[in-house]
Amino acid sequence: MTAISGHFSSAPVLPKWIAPVLLIAFAYGVVPLIGSSYLFEAILLPFLALSLAGVGLNILTGYAGQVSLGSAAFMAAGAFAAYNFNLRVEGLPLIGSIVLAGFVAAAIGIVFGLPSLRLKGFYLAVSTLAAQFFVQWALTKFSWFSNDSASGVIDAPRLSIAGFALDGAVGRYLFALTIVAIVTFLAYRLVSSQTGRNFIAIRDNETAARIIGIPVLKTKLLAFAISSFIIGVAGVIWAFAYLRTVEPDGFDLDRSFQILFIIIIGGLASIRGAFFGAALIVVFPLALSRLGGLLLGDVFDSGVLDMSQRIVLGALIILFLILEPDGLVALWDRIRRRLLFAWQST
Amino acid sequence: MIADFDYQFFIEVLVGGLLSGVMYSLVAIGFVLIYKTSGVLNFAQGALLLFAALTFVSLVERGVPFALALVVTFAIMVAIGIAIERTVLRPLTNKPPITLFMATLGLSYIIEGAAQLIWGTQVHGLDLGIEDVPLEIGGVLISQFDIFAAVVAAGMVLLLSLFFRYTRIGLSFRAVADDQFAALAVGLRLPLIWATVWAAAGLVALVAGLLWGARLGVQFSLSLVVLKALPVLVLGGFDSILGAIVGGLLIGASEKLAEVYIGDYFGGGIESWFAYVVALVFLLIRPSGLFGQKLVERI
Repeated sequence: MTAISGHFSSAPVLPKWIAPVLLIAFAYGVVPLIGSSYLFEAILLPFLALSLAGVGLNILTGYAGQVSLGSAAFMAAGAFAAYNFNLRVEGLPLIGSIVLAGFVAAAIGIVFGLPSLRLKGFYLAVSTLAAQFFVQWALTKFSWFSNDSASGVIDAPRLSIAGFALDGAVGRYLFALTIVAIVTFLAYRLVSSQTGRNFIAIRDNETAARIIGIPVLKTKLLAFAISSFIIGVAGVIWAFAYLRTVEPDGFDLDRSFQILFIIIIGGLASIRGAFFGAALIVVFPLALSRLGGLLLGDVFDSGVLDMSQRIVLGALIILFLILEPDGLVALWDRIRRRLLFAWQST
Repeated sequence: MIADFDYQFFIEVLVGGLLSGVMYSLVAIGFVLIYKTSGVLNFAQGALLLFAALTFVSLVERGVPFALALVVTFAIMVAIGIAIERTVLRPLTNKPPITLFMATLGLSYIIEGAAQLIWGTQVHGLDLGIEDVPLEIGGVLISQFDIFAAVVAAGMVLLLSLFFRYTRIGLSFRAVADDQFAALAVGLRLPLIWATVWAAAGLVALVAGLLWGARLGVQFSLSLVVLKALPVLVLGGFDSILGAIVGGLLIGASEKLAEVYIGDYFGGGIESWFAYVVALVFLLIRPSGLFGQKLVERI
């Protein structure tokens, strides 16, 4: 786990904040002008939601070292909580619903994080599956959560921030982008704060962390709470901005694995890693279906596509674990250093 | 309330639960085999089970005789075991256990995808020639198929125990489980042992796959039986075959009883998470599980 230390290149690089600021300026200023509706609907919106979920899981798994297989449950909790706050609390602005939904997800995260106080490793990973199955069951079983709609489907409300209505693909993109940018910034501040260091200390050596006075139990629960909060907000974006209609089954175990894969492929203990991983996870099925259709024609129907996606995804995971355990982030940093070096030596 | 408690019905539910617990144990044993010798929680066990059952059924449907199909499927499972050792485990030697776990997660995606890409996604019926008619024993109705499954499971546990205790390769399995470095130092060949273990896990997957397949039909959801086996493992300890059996029985029985007696208060369908809650509550009291090694914490 060397990814935390990031890059220590000797090149006189620009200040660290330049790249993200430029990126965000580009995302706000240029992308809405040049993007097609396909780009927003099929790529950017799922990318933003999954990236944020990846950031959330990375705080728990990458930084605090607690493996969770129940991320989709917290996404579902966030989405359904936001829906209900928005529906049932008169006059609450949408942002208020989203923040409250985050707190609901955090509370559920604390409850299902309790086993982490006594369990470690595989035992903990398996016990987080309880969250996955329980939440999915509860949302399907009790129709109150979905306002008595058939099979638990919920429809998203109109999106607006501070009175500005955000309609259409571009509006929803801006809505998602704003939330993701703010939460990611806060997450970045968090992991470089005392609390973030505490997480890393607990991950690396729990006994040592205890000796230097870190309240281990409280910090673990805090990691579960913060992670679940972020994943919950990501669930709201997934439901409200991307899909617009969701049902509990959309947040199944496969989704949890998908988020876990995002942080493995992107890079554990790296905020940027979640974005790299999410980009690959979103783009690769689309690319594979294009490529398959091009090469194999009619043989490549949706069934075959589905299966080959599974195979390639599984192979990718194993390849990354073997060849690049620190993920795409490490790969990216290496390439960038090479380029800088080549540029300097000319 | 207590007076009109139907004891016969209670026993029927209990026995049914215990027997379905045996089915969970069957899956769990495959996990234990691999965990004992390589410290890996092999999430791909369910995918192996699906692959074995699907291959067997497809062979039989293409007119291959029952026994031959069994042999061929087993040979394929051995080949898969060896391939996994070569391509996945060997490059990941000495990596943290959680990395290996994630690799098996990827592996399960590959095997599931491949199984269905090769044999198709439709549901296959599987007839093992055992009729699923209830037998009446002492006034209690018990499914004949369940009894058969229990006998098979018992036979397999006996076989594995004998194998681990009395054969040379079985002993070397235990040596590797105790201490990999010491085992390497005395000249045991780790790759060979791992490949054998994975082949053995493939055999367990085949047996479990056939029994589960006969019960549920051979289809994708078969690979989801791992999710039933995981709480069993948490309860029994990842490294104890006995624990897998007892854990399976406990989970099976409590799940059925809960479904029948308190399920209605929750609106039904609680079997998706009830086993996990049982396992968690148990672990909060006794973190090492039923028979697992005392040390759950790894510091």
